[in-house]
Amino acid sequence: MNQKTAARRPYVRSMQGWWRRDPFFMVYMARELTAFAVLAYSIVLVVGVMRLAQGEAAWNGWLAALQSPWSLLLHLVFLLSFVIHAKSWFEIMPKTMPLMFVGGQRMNPAIITWTGWGATIAASVALFALALWGQS
Amino acid sequence: MKRSNSPIFWALFGAGGMLAALFGTMLVFITGIAVPFGWTLSPDLMNYARMHAFAQNWIGKGFIFVIVALFAWHAMHRILCSLHDIGIHKGLLAKLCCYGGAMLITLIAAVKLLAIGF
Repeated sequence: MNQKTAARRPYVRSMQGWWRRDPFFMVYMARELTAFAVLAYSIVLVVGVMRLAQGEAAWNGWLAALQSPWSLLLHLVFLLSFVIHAKSWFEIMPKTMPLMFVGGQRMNPAIITWTGWGATIAASVALFALALWGQS
Repeated sequence: MKRSNSPIFWALFGAGGMLAALFGTMLVFITGIAVPFGWTLSPDLMNYARMHAFAQNWIGKGFIFVIVALFAWHAMHRILCSLHDIGIHKGLLAKLCCYGGAMLITLIAAVKLLAIGF
C-alpha cells in the first residue's frame, strides 16, 4: 500500500450490479431488456421480407428456419418479453400521457392501465381471428 | 435557438411501443409458434403464395412496414436511453449506432417491400 492511499481512502460505493439491490430496479431492468427482444423480432421479420422478395425457395428456407427448436426457444423468449412490455407499457402510461380530467378530477390511473390491457386483449383476439379467417 | 430533434425519436419510440404492446405478443405467437409448428393455426397460412399476395396488397405492405420499422425505432431508442444505466455515455457514437441501426432496418424493409411490387 503506498503512502497516498493509506493517507486518505474515501469510500466510493460501487455501482456494479446496482439493479440487483431492489426489486423495483429489477422490474425496471426487465422492462428495459424487452427492447432487445423487440429489436430481434424486428430483425427476424425484416429477414423474412428480404427472403420473400428473393422468391419462393428463399422464403421456404426462412419458414424452415422458423421450425427449428432454437427458433422456438427464441420466440418463447420474445413472447415473454412482449408480455412484460405490454404489461409495463400501460402501467407507465398514466405517467407518460397528457393529463386527463374527468369531472374536474384527475382520471384514475388504474382505469387508463386497465383500458390499455383491454385494448391489447381485443387487438390480440382480432389478429388471431384474422389469421383464422385468412387460412380458411 | 436550435430546435431539439428528440421529439421525433420520442414519437417513433412511443408509436412503436404502442404497436408492440397492442399487437406484438400475438404476432410473435402467430409467426413464431402457431404457424411454424402448426399449433392452433395451419402451417399453410404463411406459404409463399399467401404471404406474397399479402405483401403485394397495400394494406398488408403498409402493416409489415409499420410493424418492422416502428419496432426497430422503439427498441433502438430504449436501448440508447438504457446505456446510461450500465455506465455507457449516450454520446454521438452510441446515437449513430442505435438510430443508424433503426434507419438501416427501415430502409431494407422499404426497399424490399417495394421490390415485391403491387
